[in-house]
Amino acid sequence: MALDDRKSGFTFVGTRPNRPDGLDKVTGRAKFGADISAPGMLFGAVLRSPHAHARIVKIDASKAEAHKDVKAVVTRADFADVLFKPGLEGEFWNVLENVMAGEKALYDGHAVAAIAATSALAARDALKLIEVEYEVLPHVTDVDKAMATDAPVIREGAADYSVPEGMHPNVVRYHDSGHGDVEAGFAEADLVIEDSFVTEATHQGYIEPHACLAMLGNDGKGELWCTTQGHWIAQKTCAALLGIETSQLRVTASEIGGGFGGKTTVFIEPVALALSRKANRPVKLVMTRSEVFRATGPTSSASMDIKIGMKKDGTITAAQGVFRLQGGAFPGAPGDMTAMCAFAPYNLTNVKQIGYDVMANRPKQAAYRAPGAPMGAFAVESVIDELCKKLDLDPVDVRLKNAAHEGTKASYGPRYERIGLVETLVAAKAHPHYSAPLKPGQGRGISCGFWFNHGGETSVSLALSEDGSAQLMVGTPDIGGSRASMALMAAEVLGIPYENIRVTIADTATLGYNDVSHGSRVTYASGLATIKAAKHAVEKLSERAAAKWGIPVDAVKWEDGCAVPSGPNAGDFDPMPLADITADMGSTGGPISGHFEATPEGAGVSFGTHIVDAEVDPETGKTSVTRYTVIQDAGKAIHPTYVEGQYQGGAAQGIGWALNEEYIYGDDGRLQNSIFLDYRIPVASDLPMIDTVIVEVPNPGHPFGVRGVGETGIVPPLAAIANAVSHAAGVRMRQLPMSPPRILAALKDNG
Amino acid sequence: MDYHSPASFAEASALAANATGTTRFLAGGTDVLVQLRSDLVTPNTLIDIKKINGVQDITRNADGSWTIGVAATGAEMSEHAELVRDWPGVVEAMDLIGSTQVQGRATLTGNLCNGSPAADSVPAMVAAGVTVTVTGPDGSREVAVEDIPTGPGRTALNKGELISAVNIPARGANGGDAYLRFIPRTEMDIAVVGVGVNLRLEGDTITEARVSLGAVAPTVLLVEDCAKAIIGSTLDEAALDALAAAASAACNPIDDKRGTIAFRTEVSGVLATRAAKIAYARAKGEQA
Repeated sequence: MALDDRKSGFTFVGTRPNRPDGLDKVTGRAKFGADISAPGMLFGAVLRSPHAHARIVKIDASKAEAHKDVKAVVTRADFADVLFKPGLEGEFWNVLENVMAGEKALYDGHAVAAIAATSALAARDALKLIEVEYEVLPHVTDVDKAMATDAPVIREGAADYSVPEGMHPNVVRYHDSGHGDVEAGFAEADLVIEDSFVTEATHQGYIEPHACLAMLGNDGKGELWCTTQGHWIAQKTCAALLGIETSQLRVTASEIGGGFGGKTTVFIEPVALALSRKANRPVKLVMTRSEVFRATGPTSSASMDIKIGMKKDGTITAAQGVFRLQGGAFPGAPGDMTAMCAFAPYNLTNVKQIGYDVMANRPKQAAYRAPGAPMGAFAVESVIDELCKKLDLDPVDVRLKNAAHEGTKASYGPRYERIGLVETLVAAKAHPHYSAPLKPGQGRGISCGFWFNHGGETSVSLALSEDGSAQLMVGTPDIGGSRASMALMAAEVLGIPYENIRVTIADTATLGYNDVSHGSRVTYASGLATIKAAKHAVEKLSERAAAKWGIPVDAVKWEDGCAVPSGPNAGDFDPMPLADITADMGSTGGPISGHFEATPEGAGVSFGTHIVDAEVDPETGKTSVTRYTVIQDAGKAIHPTYVEGQYQGGAAQGIGWALNEEYIYGDDGRLQNSIFLDYRIPVASDLPMIDTVIVEVPNPGHPFGVRGVGETGIVPPLAAIANAVSHAAGVRMRQLPMSPPRILAALKDNG
Repeated sequence: MDYHSPASFAEASALAANATGTTRFLAGGTDVLVQLRSDLVTPNTLIDIKKINGVQDITRNADGSWTIGVAATGAEMSEHAELVRDWPGVVEAMDLIGSTQVQGRATLTGNLCNGSPAADSVPAMVAAGVTVTVTGPDGSREVAVEDIPTGPGRTALNKGELISAVNIPARGANGGDAYLRFIPRTEMDIAVVGVGVNLRLEGDTITEARVSLGAVAPTVLLVEDCAKAIIGSTLDEAALDALAAAASAACNPIDDKRGTIAFRTEVSGVLATRAAKIAYARAKGEQA
């Protein structure tokens, strides 16, 4: 969208005040998903399949139902008899099938029944009284094996129109894009490298497990409190799954203890509502950590083939990638996103990318920060690094030579508007980290990364109080300090202090529809809507001032929180502060509020460049990351501290993914490491201090120039760390995570 | 579930001897309570031994040996300067377990009785020649630590028996011990390989040594061949190579989510040499 009133000088934006929710969080006053209860509340528990793939022959819950503490048992029969068919149109069907198994259990941990009882312990114990007869079926958990001819079929008919003839039914979507002639491009190259890479699934690892409190009466009216990144999508999905009207279910988002994309869908919420409807009592349901790992969305695992040709001067002549992503027992693995992002940082004449969405007997994948992009970057940036090494070229210079810029035709189709990739590379080259000497046994890695960013449906409402303070209602759960950013943007427009603005995450009954807090969209889209809502309020404030002064409204301008007469038709009046106008607004025309509802579409794509130093113990294969620098374009950093936090968080999660995090399945198809002890996210002492550089190339699609920053930060780390480790160890690492046994084995194979 | 808090080990032993079903003794609870909460083991009888007189004590005996109460915690051991000076390897092995919060509860005895082959304090205790006093219906007996575990999650303790004290020998002159473990992270993890080394010198030559390996077999191992590899040496390159080879040869590990057979076998040799160097330096009175 065109914006002709873009601002570049700021009073509040760019400062670093404390976040408004900070005190609540450090004192324990903040209410998270499990921090709520209701009179007469029951406790829910979910029975889960111990098999990776099994037909459910019979469920006998009679003993559980007869137990004195048990008030309700639900199975698939207690959900709406939805007519959606499997496939692309049927995401509600997929979600229903995921939250409660139908004919088959499709993965270890798949819900098959649930209980509501008078205590959490009673519910847990009563689960053992439910008898399930399974017919165990052959299973597959590996992406390449799931595509093989002899692989067990997860579900017939799940593939959509895009899948070419002759593929295994587990391949459910296919993506193919690019431009130019890659074969001609490879022929022009001085060196062509072709290589294959594998990444394991990782979990978002949010510390707060899924938790909710549900109330649903037989009159079809309900209330749901839950930890979520988007309560409108929870409302819409739950209503569909339970066969009730959307507006009759009011959903309130709790404070959220991390989401990273994994809380953009529902798992236990429809189950708690079904239990509540059956028991006619409120039901609280809280997952254990093991349930979070087994039954909520990890990211996809991937298998990838890359071929890149380069001239001796570093010019990339052609690039080609095949990306196979496994997304669990449902369609949805972002093979298309991986393919579209993989080569996006580069200005390529010849590029071709293919993505596959493959089903396997694993939990339904969920979004995880820039879903699909990190694995593709790992494969592509590893090959570019190897080309630089073989041709003896500087890896930053080569990326600069090929970098996309304004006007470049992106690998995935459109032409870029103003983007900041070159600026991040120039900053990387100039950063003291890039020229710092390395110790023996250390290696340095570089990688670029790209993410689209998103706008999405957005509603914001701002109401002024008589005392001149403001309450701002937004509908995007605050997963990264967004209440602070919103207050700063509103303060900038209204001209009142940050502290005088209270930002609330409104429930679904209080505000119009809002998309989920995903796609790095909140500071961009809710921010844009906040600015527009505040401007709407300023228009009304100016009208009231004009009426008081008896001058035309176009003779009033808004400056530093005051109405000011301006122009030839204005009289000579003292500036009128906002609080003087709101003080008597009830008698000058009524309450003053501002609103904005739209689907902003100028999110502005985002790029980053990471520099990593790593040290590998040649005797044990253990890696330490010794230095890390994140350089990323934020467009305009509204609250720089929280922008830096996003950069550091992306690097920290990337370090975990690169070095130790992985879903480990046994031969029986069961998850082996469903606790934090064996699913190894980094502990604080595993991480170096993570340095950040905020590059600001304003996004033309936002009034203050904002680009989302939440996701791009996790795109470069896998490749940057792999490149650093490969240099330190002297052997190319092609499989993630680069755990010590894998590195030691690679060192041994290398002699 | 029946909960008891006896006032003596004899009473605790009698309660256990007469109990039916699953019995667990509760000291720090860092394994027992976790297993209870995660629905893995729900005991019929829970016997809390923390209320027995003296169980929190760390005592240096007249002959220089140490008696560690069964409820003395890792944090208390780490803060005991004299114990740290005598047996730094045993104390640092205990200190590696869990978080700061866990250190305020966890005990040597609990770590031993949990029966994990990966228990950090156990190889250090085995190397140090630690024994435990076992109290049962027929009185007390003293048992070497290496004879307590019989397999993953299993011990040599009979029905009605419990450990009533941990006995660490006198340090004596020119001795040093050390414990190292391999984990993929920097803390808060379970050993993939653990090695305890304890040795004594005459001049620069090693005259006594005990080497113990953890997480590479169904139980913690006391490896005679590792001791033989370094006794009589000055821990020169040849001795270190022989030590590494003996450690690797003694491994009988499994492939699991925490590590591979090849990795554990290789790294046990690496850690044995690194731990031996630290123990050697300590025996010479150097900081290590």
